[in-house]
Amino acid sequence: MPRLFPWLQAAPLALVLAVFLLVPVAMLVIVSFYDYDSFSLIPAFVLTNYREVFASFVTWQTYLKTLYFAGITWAVTLGLGFWLAYFLAFVVQNQTLRTVLFVLCTVPFWTSNLIRMIAWVPFLGRNGILNGTLLATGVIKEPLEFLLFSDFSVILAFVHLYTLFMVVPIFNTMMRIDRRLLEAARDMGAGFWQTLWCVILPLCKPGIGIGSIFVVVLVMGDFATVRLMSGGQSASVGLMIANQIGLMQYPAAAANAVVLLAMVLLMVGAMLRVIDIRKEL
Amino acid sequence: MRADVELIGVTKRYGAAVAVDGISLAIPPASYCCLLGPSGCGKTSTLRMIAGHESISDGDILLAGRNVTNLPPAARGTAMMFQSYALFPHLTALENIAFGLRMRGMGKAERLARAAEFLRLVQLEKMADRLPTQLSGGQQQRVALARALITSPKVLLLDEPLSALDPFLRTQMREELKRLQRELGITFIHVTHGQEEAMALSDIAVVMDQGRIAQAAPPREIFEKPASAFVARFIGGHNVLELPQGRFAVRTDRTRLAPAPAGGGPHLSGHVTAVEYQGSAVRVVVQARDGQTAEALLPDSLFHASPVAPGEAATLGWEAQEAHPLPRDAA
Repeated sequence: MPRLFPWLQAAPLALVLAVFLLVPVAMLVIVSFYDYDSFSLIPAFVLTNYREVFASFVTWQTYLKTLYFAGITWAVTLGLGFWLAYFLAFVVQNQTLRTVLFVLCTVPFWTSNLIRMIAWVPFLGRNGILNGTLLATGVIKEPLEFLLFSDFSVILAFVHLYTLFMVVPIFNTMMRIDRRLLEAARDMGAGFWQTLWCVILPLCKPGIGIGSIFVVVLVMGDFATVRLMSGGQSASVGLMIANQIGLMQYPAAAANAVVLLAMVLLMVGAMLRVIDIRKEL
Repeated sequence: MRADVELIGVTKRYGAAVAVDGISLAIPPASYCCLLGPSGCGKTSTLRMIAGHESISDGDILLAGRNVTNLPPAARGTAMMFQSYALFPHLTALENIAFGLRMRGMGKAERLARAAEFLRLVQLEKMADRLPTQLSGGQQQRVALARALITSPKVLLLDEPLSALDPFLRTQMREELKRLQRELGITFIHVTHGQEEAMALSDIAVVMDQGRIAQAAPPREIFEKPASAFVARFIGGHNVLELPQGRFAVRTDRTRLAPAPAGGGPHLSGHVTAVEYQGSAVRVVVQARDGQTAEALLPDSLFHASPVAPGEAATLGWEAQEAHPLPRDAA
């Protein structure tokens, strides 16, 4: 009986993980080998779904586009997130003010993702607030077309949605840095950039790693933002899967999902190799 | 001889509060100086102002005759060893030591070779590739010491360097600090609240109280001629007594249990409130009728020859020349 006890304690979580993670993934993999026609799924073991993923030029393009969105969003959120976290952790000295500013960062999250995206439309549109203001002040003669329904607006929305996921873990690691280390660095002649590069940045690596995983995973799997903000002019893997589901092509969608999952896992694995996040957990 | 470190009317204010109140001090070259005092006396603020980590509200700091009041830490020729060491947790012992040279743009091979020399100086050659968390407290401290020394400072500033060590290691490190200071021939300024540490190490000890210097002198002079009741009490080993003749400090080891005030010499009568056996000596505390307490530190043989017990009547006596007069006004 005592030997059974630890197993019993671990059982609920194991059960939840099995039912809600392992079984669905297994089903996904199985369905990805099914055949299908316009009306039904045909249980089988065929590789056509995967062949279509890898043979189609459009699919390749979509994957590249998704990587491109993820890459640029990652770079921008990292830059923004690092400096926002730096400001909160090192520039703001007052603990109350720091808390207030931090809560302020989370305010956008009090509404739904969709609302936050849609809010950009009247601002960025051809006759939107920004174009209107720029035209009225005479900065531009013609309305700027690239602002909405473009890669620019997609990335803007991603940055808007996900920067906080970068700020929080980086801020967290920064707050754990012993302030005397910065003083010690200064004592040994380190300037601002040297302290940043040789002390703060290496000590923030776990936070940067966790933030990067958040952002990359979220962007890679996104479909709503791309659909809304590109106005149907751009595609991502997520959107492609969503479309295939809409067309009842479940096996094709499943194959794409498996490939995407493998790709994201590889990327996360690569990040974990570079950065040891265990220190943070 | 020109002083290595000179403070002229140095003041530190935090808003309305005065942490350091216009202190002036000249530390002779190549000396071991201890800043000593209870917590909040301004000793750490003083050290941090010398290091350049704290701005100076008023006054000047001269290092080797050069006014450094407004210079950044690295331009002063000082190096600081921080309390609890502040080693970089992501760098190995060797890289920690080489940090100062790296900041000066020295090439990797060269700076690591130099750092290895300093690692040898503190006898940690085998620990070069360890991270700080893999080192013991004493080893971390040696790394911190080597890191501070590698930039060849003219003055080394130590902020309570021994407080995190256990008593045995503390004595050992104390000897080592003194040896290093002698060998390097530079000035060490060491902040401590332990009078024993200050006595053991310093050429000049500076006792501070409420942002002011209560006494700055060689430790022997401080012990034998405390400048005020505060100094006498803080340095320990003294009875501070209010007698009809005035206020006096009398060393407890020069105080004896006298049978009776027959000779008419200075004395204090009362009853014993505590007897503490300390091995080679026995400490006897006597409370006089007017409420003053004093103690005698008796050699054990003397005590055991005529022991007393708490509650018994007793008289403490001392030679008249042992009573060191103290100024009235000071606290």
